[in-house]
Amino acid sequence: MLHDYGQIGILVIISLIFPLGAVVTSWALRMVNVRPDVPSNPVMTDTYECGLRTEGPSLVQFNFRFYYIALLFVLFDVELVFLFPWAIIYDTMGWPGFFEGVGFIGILCLGILYAWRKGALEWR
Amino acid sequence: MVDLSFGDTLFGFWNWVDAIIRILIIVIAMTVMVIYLTYGERKVVARFQQRLGPTRTGPAGLLQGIADAVKLVGKEDIRPHNADRWVFEFAPFATFIPVLMTLVILPFAKDWGVRNMTLGLFYVFAILGLNIVGIMMAGLGSGNKFALLGGIRAAAQMISYEIPLVLSLLSVAMITGTLNLNIIAEQQDRYPYIILQPLAFLIFFTAMLSELHRAPFDIPVAESEIVGGYFVEYSGIRWSMFQLSEYAAMWAFTVFGSIVFFGGWQFPKGGDWGWGWQLALTMGKSLTFIIAIMWVRTTVPRLRIDQLMSFCWKILLPLSLVQIIANAFIIVYGGEYWLLSLTSGIGAIALVAIIINRAFRRSTKTTGLVGAYRSLQVPAP
Repeated sequence: MLHDYGQIGILVIISLIFPLGAVVTSWALRMVNVRPDVPSNPVMTDTYECGLRTEGPSLVQFNFRFYYIALLFVLFDVELVFLFPWAIIYDTMGWPGFFEGVGFIGILCLGILYAWRKGALEWR
Repeated sequence: MVDLSFGDTLFGFWNWVDAIIRILIIVIAMTVMVIYLTYGERKVVARFQQRLGPTRTGPAGLLQGIADAVKLVGKEDIRPHNADRWVFEFAPFATFIPVLMTLVILPFAKDWGVRNMTLGLFYVFAILGLNIVGIMMAGLGSGNKFALLGGIRAAAQMISYEIPLVLSLLSVAMITGTLNLNIIAEQQDRYPYIILQPLAFLIFFTAMLSELHRAPFDIPVAESEIVGGYFVEYSGIRWSMFQLSEYAAMWAFTVFGSIVFFGGWQFPKGGDWGWGWQLALTMGKSLTFIIAIMWVRTTVPRLRIDQLMSFCWKILLPLSLVQIIANAFIIVYGGEYWLLSLTSGIGAIALVAIIINRAFRRSTKTTGLVGAYRSLQVPAP
């Protein structure tokens, strides 16, 4: 089993070669003066905003409700990790397996209902 | 120990040489596919909008994608002076590598993929979820307000829709009893799983559109709001990597969806007619899927973020949970498979009815706009 993931890990390194090759090709074209060099005009490396000079910091405020979404996501993603093994073997366990799964999903449903009632899913 | 290779190695070489040759084939196929998907998308969308699309470069514009690729390699690689250097430069890699690693385990024909994994279905979500990291890196590292907003929107949308996506595939995994994609395709020799689980397919398709941020779920890359989103500061080869990973993810998702829901290489006569027919089946199904995605893009207008999030958390998530419990009940009870089709079909009809009701109802209620314009009142959707 771990053997599988070792092979996949080596394939990650091999797949890194492909995008790196594209970047290196672009860099090599710059070396032989086919591609323009790094821009000398300072306006080109300025942050794009709307055509005028950028105002203020770039780390602007955004809606805090994105944090609620992230918290709910963590809740449900952990649930999914536990549901996959259950989904493969529940039919061999019969009714006890069914009720355990339903209980687990039910507790999570209570969680989403609580978040819903508290208004965490609304965007006002 | 489980042997990862598919029995006989393709070229009779050592296992690793075989794997490397296979991944090279995948990379070349992916590049050609992406070049012609961009061309195909421009052509299809142009036809939907009663235009001609690219016609000048080569016969019927067929060389347009190659010309674009050459242009992008030759463009200068600008990094804004207040960008975070390494985060900015590595974000395209972090976006692209997960997509390629997903393509590595998809079986394109019987026993033909790069690796055959026991946990293939699970691996796809685990790896495609890493895509978000690259997008957030691009958003935060660019030092740009629009890029930051686009990255945050993309992250929120992708993590939200990942849950209905995985739950819909979980309900298919409950029927298959395995997570190996090759075996899942092989089981569908009599009927594809969309017949058993139409609701799961609808949820998968919706969530797939959202994960790929295609219209109507394209607020992270909305040109008219945040000038292109998280890749606004990229140019040249790094921008083309974002484009490449977007289209490659579209291809990977459609091949994956056609394996899980439409029988992949197996469904009509795949086991009997040889690998050419199997490859044609996989590619035909995935291209049909892609044309459906383009059709949706040209038909449906963009959603607002509150509509998007409430559609995910209040409609798709409860429906998929109900479907899982119904599946478990029917299978443990020992019911026939047509009961699965029945319950899932009722759910699918309910979902379509909800969508139609939401789209066509005329409400006089008003709701506040999000963000800075909260004082304005607009009619509720």
